[in-house]
Amino acid sequence: MPTVSFTRALERFLPAPPATVAGATLAQALAAVFADRPALRGYVLDDQGALRRHVAVFINGRMVQDRQKLTDAVGADDEIHVFQALSGG
Amino acid sequence: MADRIHVGTRKGLFELERRGGGWDVARTHFLGDPVSAVLAQADGSLLAALDLGHFGAKLWRRSPEGDWQELAAPAFPPKPEDAVDDPHPWSLGRIWALEPGGVPGRVWAGTMPGGLFRSDDWGATWALNEPLWRMPDRRRWMGVAGGEQPGISTVLVDPRNPADIRLGISTAGVWATTDTGASWSLINQGMYNEYMPPGQEGDPIAQDIHQLARCAARPEVMWCQHHNGVFRSEDAGANWAELTAIRPSKFGFAVAAHPTDPDTAWFVPSAKDERRFPVDGKVVVARTQDGGRSFEVLSQGLPQRHAYDLVWRHGLAVDPAGRQLAFGSTSGGLWISGDAGQSWDALDARLPPVAFVRFAAA
Repeated sequence: MPTVSFTRALERFLPAPPATVAGATLAQALAAVFADRPALRGYVLDDQGALRRHVAVFINGRMVQDRQKLTDAVGADDEIHVFQALSGG
Repeated sequence: MADRIHVGTRKGLFELERRGGGWDVARTHFLGDPVSAVLAQADGSLLAALDLGHFGAKLWRRSPEGDWQELAAPAFPPKPEDAVDDPHPWSLGRIWALEPGGVPGRVWAGTMPGGLFRSDDWGATWALNEPLWRMPDRRRWMGVAGGEQPGISTVLVDPRNPADIRLGISTAGVWATTDTGASWSLINQGMYNEYMPPGQEGDPIAQDIHQLARCAARPEVMWCQHHNGVFRSEDAGANWAELTAIRPSKFGFAVAAHPTDPDTAWFVPSAKDERRFPVDGKVVVARTQDGGRSFEVLSQGLPQRHAYDLVWRHGLAVDPAGRQLAFGSTSGGLWISGDAGQSWDALDARLPPVAFVRFAAA
């Protein structure tokens, strides 16, 4: 099953430990994580379920293509990383 | 007399308390995070909205005992497949206003992109005001400086009647409801926006309302710091007259209305649209005490040399007695007056850029 890990920056706001979940797409894998941690959903996705503008997701080191519907395929041994992507001060 | 001030900044919420003759920072919250709105409740609890760069708008509530808890932030419903001509996102950007609704437990939230949300349980759950959001005219609302989206920055509930509400929208004019948001009308007449195409300067929906304020004791008297000047209404926002005596300039963002005297209001002018800093580098407050016919320029205690402080929409506040005022700037200055603005004391601190200043009675 794929694993999902989250940027450590999230730990300032709420627990976000790595999770191993079922899912054949990014949407399914994230939904499985959020089923256990509903508060985490709003930090990663916006109101319409798209990736937040300043959140980046990589699957095995490759940035996901579909930021709206999250249809990128996820393999059984894939590693999904959720990062933040913003500069400034 | 209010003895606590909440200051929301680009990097945290600062809680000031009066100690002896002066004010000082008593507590800090959310250090490092942008705080976009706060509402202090009579029982001592607090609602605070964060505007996290990476992770979106968040809402937290502090209990009277002082414990913080994150609440679910207001959220837009799924965007219909056929709403392809809607130029604005159905996604919460920033919570820009948190206002008490005049009945126990009720809070209104004004947001970017121009949503109005209502909670009847002190922020625990929220519902979008659908009649306003579903209006076809909303597609004509325009974005504001600093963002591509329109925003509801002012929610004014009539202290005599919680069903009667005025919204200030940047940029979409002044909107009114008299049935708690079941229906809305665009009401402002008399304003103009000179940057609009010829012939559309007076279009009510094209008016960039920077901020509205109303006299609590005479709520039909309202003041507006508008992109194009300063205006006053004596009929709860239906008709507006420009106040041309404002000095040293007519541009600015903030306005505060005296709670009991309908002829008194305060403004913090900036040079002009394209030059957003104080005229001649001197920070001043403009006060009228005669309904806007004349203005005094108040400067005692304020920096009068090489000062480039800009004061945003919610950056100026007056306490419920009308004697204490406070304002904070994007340069991190914070000044407090105990004599209705005649003289000011600077807080001994260099704050992050200030988004809002709000008094709370203990």
